[in-house]
Amino acid sequence: MAQLTQTENRDALVKQLEEEARQLRIEDIKMLVKAGSGHPGGTLSAAEMIAALYLHKLRLRPEEPEWPDRDRFILSKGHCVPIVYAALARVGTIPREWLDTLRKFGSPLQGHPDRQRCPGIEANTGSLGQGLSIAVGLATASHHDQSPWRVYCMMGDGEMQSGHIWEAAMLAGRRTLPNLVGILDNNQVQQSLKVKEILDIDPVAQKFRDFNWHVREINGHDVGECLDALDEAETVTDRPTMIVSHTVKGKGVSWMELNPDWHGKAPSEEEGEIAIAELEGRIDAEESKRRFEALGKGGK
Amino acid sequence: MGGKATRESFGEALVRAGSDERVWALDGDLMKSTFTHLFREAHPDRFVECGIAEKNMIGVAAGLALAGKVPFAASFACFIANRLEVIRMSVGYSNVNARLVGTHAGIGIGDDGASQMGLEDIAAMRALPNMAVLQPADDRETQQTVAYLVEHEGPAYLRLTRQKLDDVNDDSYRFEFGRAVQLRDGNDVCLIGTGATVQEALRAADELEKEGVSARVLNVHTIKPIDADAIVAAAADCKRIVTVEDHNVAGGLGSAVAEVVAQSNGARVTILGVRDYGQSGSPDELYEAYGISARHVAQAARSLIERER
Repeated sequence: MAQLTQTENRDALVKQLEEEARQLRIEDIKMLVKAGSGHPGGTLSAAEMIAALYLHKLRLRPEEPEWPDRDRFILSKGHCVPIVYAALARVGTIPREWLDTLRKFGSPLQGHPDRQRCPGIEANTGSLGQGLSIAVGLATASHHDQSPWRVYCMMGDGEMQSGHIWEAAMLAGRRTLPNLVGILDNNQVQQSLKVKEILDIDPVAQKFRDFNWHVREINGHDVGECLDALDEAETVTDRPTMIVSHTVKGKGVSWMELNPDWHGKAPSEEEGEIAIAELEGRIDAEESKRRFEALGKGGK
Repeated sequence: MGGKATRESFGEALVRAGSDERVWALDGDLMKSTFTHLFREAHPDRFVECGIAEKNMIGVAAGLALAGKVPFAASFACFIANRLEVIRMSVGYSNVNARLVGTHAGIGIGDDGASQMGLEDIAAMRALPNMAVLQPADDRETQQTVAYLVEHEGPAYLRLTRQKLDDVNDDSYRFEFGRAVQLRDGNDVCLIGTGATVQEALRAADELEKEGVSARVLNVHTIKPIDADAIVAAAADCKRIVTVEDHNVAGGLGSAVAEVVAQSNGARVTILGVRDYGQSGSPDELYEAYGISARHVAQAARSLIERER
């Protein structure tokens, strides 16, 4: 399908993107169940922003993934690539059937992004902390050439603990790259525990301000706020923009939310059915939790 | 040691390469040591100062390469190689046309001592499947290698010296990627060097010649992909091979040669290289103390020959 353009009725656009985000989450859960492994928490937290980018904001020609003037999206938190695959399938860059092959031998959909295997993937990531540097390099080239394309880089809050991020943040601020937009999917949880418990990164917004970034903090599950922040970034002409997107890890599946156990474990088939029922609105959070807990008691 | 340091030749060649608008240079606050300051003067808009942050420098180079540029990111060999994880992911696995340039290779840097001596970089880079590894032996070869690297497809590592090196090639020299240069013909033993040790191999061949030993000398400027044909031919013709490198004995030139010989009809191979972290001293003193001087090369050749008499 084509991307959604800004209609006269912005509320309608927001509504459409909310629905797209919901569908991406459902697709994501289905993929992980089939794959039998993967990272639900950080994929679910990013759904609204990924929908806002791929279905609306990014300058793309979905059927021409190598179009030189396309915007570049770098997923620094590479383990969350399934939600990007779902978006690439939705816009038609990759066939929908590929989603069933996630993490399987020979699949273009590797467990982490592989630009040589999958069209629409811009850089290989998955070793946390590296994506922002690549984005800075791309933005430096585009800025120098006065090219129209912009660079977006989504990071996780856990990887803010890597010094590599701050090397890149310092250089981007120093070079005042106006075509670079960082998105921090601040979902509060990393692999083992909450970010605050492992190594607190706050005040993270202030840290980026200190490095000469324009910073906008949003509720990352509010599509309208995502769109506003992405629009605002285009008006900033003298520095890069960091959108600190406050989100909930596992968002949308009540028993996954803010639970580190769902960082890197795929739901079973039964768990997936419950998750999808909740995402589709067929059951509420209470019922979803009840069914999930009953599964455990059933002694599977 | 006369001649010119290959890092200086690199700096000059990079300025000329910069007439191609795709070429960029990246620095981690060592521009006067790596000679990228020359590029900065000539092409300031395509020079990126990254500060003392080599992980980021390498990642930014990867990003520039993804945008169609040909970035040369230079620092000391030890500081480049020790960002292996970024090189593996953002350069190697991503298969981008970034060029990583490690100057101040080996114990040949001398006085600065062990902390600045890159002695494991070849081994690290060789282990990345698509990484080309090049180490030119003199000014002329370096200039041509840099010009070649603008067009090379895929990631590449270029290893350069702090110290000055003799000219080992003449005016007619033409660099060919992946092809070793036979500097002397001979059939009693083959001496194989790379970079700074090519001149040691040549001096050893001179010594051996006086004793009636006919030594072939190969300059392996492309360590990966290595010229298997030249090595198999040396094994067949000479039956004895001495490799010498200013790098750890594990995983460098000697290992690369031995891997080829092991799949041939065979030859005896002696690998000369560094087995420790190095220390301060003059390059000549250190080459002597760590067993990679011409005298050691000649002695290793004699030992191989005597073993069979």
